Amino acid sequence: MSTRPGTVAAHGGGGSEAAEIHDQRALGFWLYLMSDAIIFALLFMTYGIMVGNTDGGPTGKDLFSLSNAAYETALLLVSSMTFGFASLAARDGNRGAVLGWLAITFVLGAGFVFLEVREFVGMIGAGAGPDRSGFLSAFFTLVGTHGVHVSTGLIWILIMSGQIMVKGLTLPVTSRLFRLGLFWHFLDIAWVGIFSVVYLPGLM
Amino acid sequence: MTEVVKRARRWATAIGVALLAGGCDRMVVLNPKGPIADAERGLLFDAFTVMMLVIVPVIVMAFWFAWRYRASNRSARYEPKWSESKLIDGITWLIPAVIVIAVAVLVWRSTHKLDPYRPIASDVPPLDIQVVGQDWKWLFIYPEQGVASVNQMAIPAGRPISLRITSDTVMNSFYVPALAGQIYAMAGMQTRLQMLANQPGKFVGRNTQYSGDGFSDQFFEVLAMTPAEFDAWVAKARQSPDKLDAPTYARLAVRSRNVPFTFYSTVEPKLFDSIIAKYTHAHRMPEPAAAAPARR
Amino acid sequence: MFGKLTIEALPLYSAIAAGGALVTVGGAALVVLIITWLRAWKYLWTEWLTSVDHKRIGVMYIVLALIMLLRGFVDAIMMRTQQAMALNSGGYLPPEHFDQIFSSHGTIMIFFMAMPFMTGLVNLAMPLQIGTRDVAFPFLNSLSLWLSAAGAGLVMVSLVIGKFSTAGWTGYPPYSGIEYNPGVGVDYWIWALLISGVGSTLSGINFVVTILKRRAPGMSLMRMTPFTWTALVTSVLMIFAFPALTVACGLLALDRLLGMHFFTNDHGGNMMNFVNLFWIWGHPEVYILILPAFGVFSEVVSTFARKRLFGYESLVYATAAIGLLSFTVWLHHFFTMGSSATVNAFFGIMTMVIAVPTGVKVFNWLLTMFRGRITFHPSMLFTIGFIVTFVIGGMTGVLLAMPPADFLLHNTTFLVAHFHNMIIPGVLFGYLAGYMYWFPKAFGFKINEPWGVRAFWFWIVGFYLAFMPLYVLGFMGMPRRMEQYNDPAWAPWLMAAAAGAFLILIGIACLAMQVVATFRDRRRDADVTGDPYDGRTLEWATASPPPAYNFAILPQIRDREPLLDMKERGVAWQKPARYEDIEMPKSSAAGVVMGAFAFVLGFAMVWHIWWLVGASALVMWLTMILRSSDDDQEYRLSAAEVARIEEARYRALGSRA
Repeated sequence: MSTRPGTVAAHGGGGSEAAEIHDQRALGFWLYLMSDAIIFALLFMTYGIMVGNTDGGPTGKDLFSLSNAAYETALLLVSSMTFGFASLAARDGNRGAVLGWLAITFVLGAGFVFLEVREFVGMIGAGAGPDRSGFLSAFFTLVGTHGVHVSTGLIWILIMSGQIMVKGLTLPVTSRLFRLGLFWHFLDIAWVGIFSVVYLPGLM
Repeated sequence: MTEVVKRARRWATAIGVALLAGGCDRMVVLNPKGPIADAERGLLFDAFTVMMLVIVPVIVMAFWFAWRYRASNRSARYEPKWSESKLIDGITWLIPAVIVIAVAVLVWRSTHKLDPYRPIASDVPPLDIQVVGQDWKWLFIYPEQGVASVNQMAIPAGRPISLRITSDTVMNSFYVPALAGQIYAMAGMQTRLQMLANQPGKFVGRNTQYSGDGFSDQFFEVLAMTPAEFDAWVAKARQSPDKLDAPTYARLAVRSRNVPFTFYSTVEPKLFDSIIAKYTHAHRMPEPAAAAPARR
Repeated sequence: MFGKLTIEALPLYSAIAAGGALVTVGGAALVVLIITWLRAWKYLWTEWLTSVDHKRIGVMYIVLALIMLLRGFVDAIMMRTQQAMALNSGGYLPPEHFDQIFSSHGTIMIFFMAMPFMTGLVNLAMPLQIGTRDVAFPFLNSLSLWLSAAGAGLVMVSLVIGKFSTAGWTGYPPYSGIEYNPGVGVDYWIWALLISGVGSTLSGINFVVTILKRRAPGMSLMRMTPFTWTALVTSVLMIFAFPALTVACGLLALDRLLGMHFFTNDHGGNMMNFVNLFWIWGHPEVYILILPAFGVFSEVVSTFARKRLFGYESLVYATAAIGLLSFTVWLHHFFTMGSSATVNAFFGIMTMVIAVPTGVKVFNWLLTMFRGRITFHPSMLFTIGFIVTFVIGGMTGVLLAMPPADFLLHNTTFLVAHFHNMIIPGVLFGYLAGYMYWFPKAFGFKINEPWGVRAFWFWIVGFYLAFMPLYVLGFMGMPRRMEQYNDPAWAPWLMAAAAGAFLILIGIACLAMQVVATFRDRRRDADVTGDPYDGRTLEWATASPPPAYNFAILPQIRDREPLLDMKERGVAWQKPARYEDIEMPKSSAAGVVMGAFAFVLGFAMVWHIWWLVGASALVMWLTMILRSSDDDQEYRLSAAEVARIEEARYRALGSRA
């Protein structure tokens, strides 16, 4: 029996079946990202409501460092690019290059997380932790949620690297790599939002 | 159409009056004692009447069709394929739409007219009362008179009352069904409510927002009085030995249930503002809600 | 070692609470004993708990829902009894117990009765209606189920260990904040909602992909059944609305755990943000629940009026319109928070606008009955009962949607009467109708009708008796959630309401009897054809219960009533020329394992047992990683095997004909 685009793939048919599975998973992942994007949107909204609620405590101006935020931005943007190269290498079937680019992406992402954790620790040490004011609760939660996402992405990069080493660039593996890519670029976009909603106005 | 509406409205009013006459004066919402609650009730009746124009036929049709087209009734027409009619489609969208437009106009006008922040138009200047919700009682401060009371709110009938409301605990909702409806009381914020009692009388007010173990006991008495009686009430309060200074207030604010009527002959200046400020510290916190940034 | 958990957590503070705990533990022990006695553990594990088959998952969701319906109803009848007795007296429940009961009643009925019931019905019927062999992500489906069960488990455990929330099902801060509610109750509420909320989001994604990508050949969107349409719109709403609940509960958890100030009274908190977030989810949630019920009504009314559904396109557009509009009305839940008249009026009018597509649907159901040949299966009775009762609830909803009227009636029992008037006929009657309608499809024998009819009458009469008095009490200005009161005028109405609750109790007993009678008569009432109602849609084209793969050959769809179309062309149930191998997803224990550890995680978060939080999170992570790295998740059913299964069915069909 024939398969047709957009129908069941769990039976008969040839190569298009795997493509359909990939297709469904990609759509599913997009939907998940949209759901996640709403979480970020609501956290942005919450931050917007609470940015003035400093309870007499420190404001963004007192706390944020433009250079730190700029380094973080640079690391994450470049990591998005290197992930792009990994995806290109995967398309060419170049396993070594994929692993190499993933490794670089991982290092850049880890650098980002390191800078963020250092910023958080510094703020908490200075008495400006998330329990200081509504503003800081919103700040730590918004930026921290993004940080947790990046950390999850890092673990996922490790797992994917392991799968590539063990299984090679099989169809299921590249399909997963594609979704990891979506996730990673999504975090980039979320970060651009944070940079322009949290850090830039906070410093102005 | 308008004739039908008028007639239906007369019916609804008649039924309403019948309900009231039938010993249902307990239904305070249907039996208001002031112009604000009266207007709010009027809105209920108007919308109810308009909607009956479609609700009644729907219910009749549901029973009628179920009976008429029962399988055992072979004399009824059976058209298993009939499933489309642009005309009927249009009508099914139009009927609810017309009703909704009618009610929407009502809503737009009445919501502005009955905005609880909008002072009641009157020749008499309004009496200001500040209301504080506490666990589990209500404090009423009369800034003009310099007195305060717990669980009893005296008001002069015929004079607009302008309330400023806050909470010194969790969210409460200040509710006087006979006169004004309700509005939330929230710590660090101030909400408003207007009311006016047509005649002297005694009414019940409550907190309607669940706030813990003593919630059921958190009701108060609204005493609408003649101006002379009100002056006497104030004079009596002024003779109370209790003074509402900061330490007394702190003791009062502690959780307590079934607090008897209490009167204070003096009130610490700006007490109401300081109760709000306690929660807001330095940062700005204007009048009410997130969704309502700018108020008059 | 055990965080905040001590022996004090046992509910020995009152005899009633201890009794509740005993019943819970005893009930669970009894179930375990029975399963052990039947030696059914292995069967249960391999055939059900680890199953990724959408039909079995659907059945398990519905079983969960029915169990939680019982629990939620016990809460309800306890409240009604308390209020009936509590004139100038404490009744039999102290306030700190009464408030747990109204909180758990709402939480359970929305999250652990209605949501699983809805998800179960969609799981059961939707893939069959669109002609696919399973949902897009069968394993995720199993995971969603077990996350919902984990949330339900947390609510149940709060009966035995610690207390449940006292903050109502909406959990408004600052009352639900740590300052005013230092116990574990609110945490139980938060973690039950967070965990099951993840499950709901995943279900939504799963259903959307399934419906968009896996329809049988020829089934265009406008040939989908109305139920599938409502499932699609509901799933989209789940994807977009549940994040708001996650954020609201997550931020409240941060306030409580880490001393943050999102919703506290002081230090710059803003409780109004919670209220907004909660209802940004909460209003769409109403439609998440009610749309699939509308879908059921559409199927039922067409089947039992033996008539093509009237105004299909109108109905589809109305469904989509309701879905969109549901995001524009959330503020009507708090007109009394002090928004400006313009904002209030806007949201009030938007709320009424939703009444338009809803009204259209009502007319379409009526016009489907018009010139039909109606038989009164219990499902059809529930549908007619729904139409009549629901328009009353819709009317009171429009009354509440007028801000000035809402000032009078908000937070009173009028509001309680209104939303029960929407949810019992609109949601629950729909689900019960769907349950009785698709029961033969799931089990292969018809459900007992006389007991269904009895259940219907007790439910509907009980409903009117229980909730019409609450409208009256609302007019008397009675707030909701009163543990006791001193107004003698309220008492007779509250007693009537309690009587209504007891009628509903009999209705529930009838539902139980229906199950007993159905299984007793299962041979007599066997559904050999798979098409017990002379149906129109695709689910009736396959066997009852359907084989794992649903359809040996995926059907070609030419009409929106595919089976009727095939019957009319004389091609229904034709034997195919040959069969093919079919690949099916393998069962997996990963879902049930992750659900179990999600439960442990939630429990550990509630009691601050940090090592257990870490350990259970780690197990969940590892299970997820292992599962996602596994490329061998399917098995192949050979053509010969398929032929054997199908031949058996055709023999049964033939012997009957």
